[in-house]
Amino acid sequence: MEKPLNNRAWFLVMPVALIVAFNAILPLMTVVNYSVQDTFGNNQFFWNGTGWFKDLLDPNAELGGRFLAALGRNVSFSLIILSIEVPLGILVSLCMPKKGPGVAACLVIMALPLLVPWNVVGTIWQIFARTDIGLLGWTVSHLGINYNYTNEFFSAWFTIILMDVWHWTSLIALLCYAGLKSSPDAFYQAARIDGASRWSVFRAIELPKLNRVLLIGVLLRFMDSFMIYTEPFVVTGGGPGNSTTGVSIDLVKIALGQFDLGKAAAMSIVYNLIILSTCWVFYTVMTNVDAPDRPRDAKDGAL
Amino acid sequence: MARLELRDLSHSYKPNPVEPADWALKPMTMIWEDGGAYALLGPSGCGKTSLLNILSGLVIPSRGKVLFDDVDVTTLPTEQRNIAQVFQFPVIYDTMTVEQNLAFPLRNRGVEPAKIDARVKEVAAMLELTGDLKRKASGLTADMKQKISLGRGLVREDVRAVLFDEPLTVIDPHLKWQLRAELKRVHRQSKTTMVYVTHDQTEALTFADKVVVMYDGDVVQVGTPQQLFEEPAHTFVGHFIGSPGMNVLPASVAGGVAHIKGNEILLGRSYQPIDSAKRVEIGVRPEFLRLGSGTEGLPVTVKRVEDTGRQKIIRAELDGLPIAALAHEDETVPASGVRLIADPARVHVYADGQLVRA
Amino acid sequence: MTVVLDKVSKVVRGSAHIRNVSLTLTPGTINILLGPTLSGKTSLMRLLAGLDLPTSGRLLVDGVDVTGKPVRERSVAMVYQQFINYPAMTVYENIASPLRVRGLAKAEIDTKVREAAQLLRLEPYLDRLPLNLSGGQQQRTAIARALVKDAKLVLLDEPLANLDYKLREELRVELPRIFEGKGTVFVYATTEPSEALLLGGHTATLREGAITQFGPTVDVYRSPRDRETAQVFSDPPMNFADATIRSGQATGPGGVALGSGGTLQGLPDGAYQIGFRPNHVSLINRSAQLVPIKGVVGVSEITGSESFVHFECGGARWIALEPGVHDHLPGAAIDVFLDPSRFFVFDSHSQLVRAPARTASL
Repeated sequence: MEKPLNNRAWFLVMPVALIVAFNAILPLMTVVNYSVQDTFGNNQFFWNGTGWFKDLLDPNAELGGRFLAALGRNVSFSLIILSIEVPLGILVSLCMPKKGPGVAACLVIMALPLLVPWNVVGTIWQIFARTDIGLLGWTVSHLGINYNYTNEFFSAWFTIILMDVWHWTSLIALLCYAGLKSSPDAFYQAARIDGASRWSVFRAIELPKLNRVLLIGVLLRFMDSFMIYTEPFVVTGGGPGNSTTGVSIDLVKIALGQFDLGKAAAMSIVYNLIILSTCWVFYTVMTNVDAPDRPRDAKDGAL
Repeated sequence: MARLELRDLSHSYKPNPVEPADWALKPMTMIWEDGGAYALLGPSGCGKTSLLNILSGLVIPSRGKVLFDDVDVTTLPTEQRNIAQVFQFPVIYDTMTVEQNLAFPLRNRGVEPAKIDARVKEVAAMLELTGDLKRKASGLTADMKQKISLGRGLVREDVRAVLFDEPLTVIDPHLKWQLRAELKRVHRQSKTTMVYVTHDQTEALTFADKVVVMYDGDVVQVGTPQQLFEEPAHTFVGHFIGSPGMNVLPASVAGGVAHIKGNEILLGRSYQPIDSAKRVEIGVRPEFLRLGSGTEGLPVTVKRVEDTGRQKIIRAELDGLPIAALAHEDETVPASGVRLIADPARVHVYADGQLVRA
Repeated sequence: MTVVLDKVSKVVRGSAHIRNVSLTLTPGTINILLGPTLSGKTSLMRLLAGLDLPTSGRLLVDGVDVTGKPVRERSVAMVYQQFINYPAMTVYENIASPLRVRGLAKAEIDTKVREAAQLLRLEPYLDRLPLNLSGGQQQRTAIARALVKDAKLVLLDEPLANLDYKLREELRVELPRIFEGKGTVFVYATTEPSEALLLGGHTATLREGAITQFGPTVDVYRSPRDRETAQVFSDPPMNFADATIRSGQATGPGGVALGSGGTLQGLPDGAYQIGFRPNHVSLINRSAQLVPIKGVVGVSEITGSESFVHFECGGARWIALEPGVHDHLPGAAIDVFLDPSRFFVFDSHSQLVRAPARTASL
């Protein structure tokens, strides 16, 4: 909606704009600067042009192979957790009580995992999944399953996926719950009268209502899981081998472990661009779905 | 299609109702014949929606029974009652086409596709929706959506009654005329029992063969539109039906004459003396007051004349008592010396609000 | 304060919500925006209030261009269809709230609140919370709050639409009295022609974002400039017939003779559209001037005092309104009588050519 313009308001934005300039644009420019140079330490830099970028996108180069593998792991991770968290979140939201004293309790319990800081989540699961003292690890390995996230590929992936599902399914569930609550009772009543099964009610009434919130949920979860760092770092440290090393973890390894600032800078720029373009795609889709209607005369506003 | 019966029904939302005010619906017994068109009419809070919810199975009455074709359905859930409902705001399945919307109730019941198709076509023809069957339901206008809601009810051959909950609320005035007429035509064609809840007298009166007027949880009168208009059983009915409503004036009645503030008014009938403890009033509709001059009729002072286009509403006072009368659009209302003459046969006498028979 | 809309248009994402609207609203008048849903009433009100900026055109207040001036700096009050009050405040506090914002003295606030409460018959409820009141009382509170502000421009967007029929009737009668003598510009949106007539004042009829006519309410009703205006301003809807006139004789759809004389007198030959209100279509032959036609009944609606008989004639669907009870079965053939002196005649471009003579008016 357009509002009358008053340009004086921009003065209020000035301090924020300055701060953002200092802590976002300046560091970003430094990164751009690094990405076109090479260094051998001693704070000496050599011009390298687009060399790092070429390496980065070439699967046969050492850097490119490493980057694309990490990127692949990131994509797989995001897809897996989305395909679990979205249906599970919807299911949970459908099971949540719509009224009564249970609502508040349910909401608090659901919100709990969301309130735990990332590194604490990692630590909790690091301990929880240990086979010697962790409840989960001990139970699973005593069931006769070979489970050890520190040295076995599937165990490691299973653990970080389970951890993410535990941490973030609530978000999807809460978003969906809010979406579901906005359907007037008349719709459910009409569906009952029409003899609709539970599944038909879901397909015909609930899912269309969830369209928009799910888009937001998927966007949030995709971006967040795509940039995941802390939790796998705390739990598996990216291992075993490189099996749980995503782009973020790899970036830190290159930048701070090997001190290859040029490679890391190029990598972070490409990584950033990927995230931005994904965001843009989502945004376009969402605004098209959400295309606002004209301001309707009050009468029509109800539904 | 079915005959609906309410037997000694009453309802309270409180667990232990004591006072009369605790009851949302006061005891009532009513029979709605198979294939009839009925309206529940009353202001907000009169209990008409509670009654509708009892019929649809959303609310189980505290006392009494609901019978469909002599079968007790009082505690049966909505989906087992075989009723259909059209809500205040259009309820349609946005993602489906008109055709899919209409087919939905049949598909849910596992009817075979060929039969669904035939039935949907039939109902669409009845509702004049044939040309729109393939359209997405979400883009339609409110009146079309309401027709689809109705269609979803009619499509089921076993539907026992269609309930309407103020279905024209979101419809524009000029479309209301069309939709109302269509509803009536569809009722005639489908011969389904229909119950229509509204606070709008025009909708209730034009739709129903019999109107149930409710006030404060009580049924005050059940009658044809003509009965409600010509012989309101209660001053509330007189006031609520008719626009403007009936003039109710405190009076004293002796035989065939009533006295209002020293003015004499002739009654069409002769009345027995009325218990003096009761509040006596006479009621006369604005339609039955005509303009006069000279010495006949009630001397009134005209306060305002409202032009509604097709008629004039004369707002006047009789010695401080407000009184309304209607005049033809071509009639001239003089500024002073106006007298209102009542048609004696149309003047009714009320004691404590209840109609007194001669 | 005179409010002028000067060639105002509003386009949102390529669809025109308001098309080239010019209006002059003078102080102390009630101005009704009459039109169906989505005709642009709400959009126009938002522009008047300054909540939206026009795509083109100007908004002048007392000759000064205020397009783009923020709402806060304008003297505007608004009443909505929904009953909007502060739920945690009593009726008194609700009415007083705009005055407190302005920082008036306590005594002055008290006088003004009580004045408004008296005008709107809210005195007994001043200590109650809005939610414990009936819909009618809640809306009265909202109107009182708008009035007490002494705004120069008060906008009411279908304020009675959510009320029960009877309450609506009551408030409709009271509103003109409440609006009287304030020197304020009132703008009142409604979909109902009868509401416009009861409120009086001036009416602008809207259709698809454009104003089809603006003038004193009764004049617009009696001589609608074009067919669209007539359509918007009629309840029950006006009947229309595509007709040809040859030497003063009108022939309607299906070759039905619609008579001569009346407003048809002296019209040149050609194609016309004839409109006549249902209350001028009679089922009883009252006078020799009436033109008999044959109709086939669709539906009869009976209110007890009047009957609306929907019938078909030469393929057109018309409505007759007759006092009393006339129950005709669907499919029955009936005699219907038209009154050519009540015909509205529109030319082939839907512009009014003739309107019925105005009979003795108020």
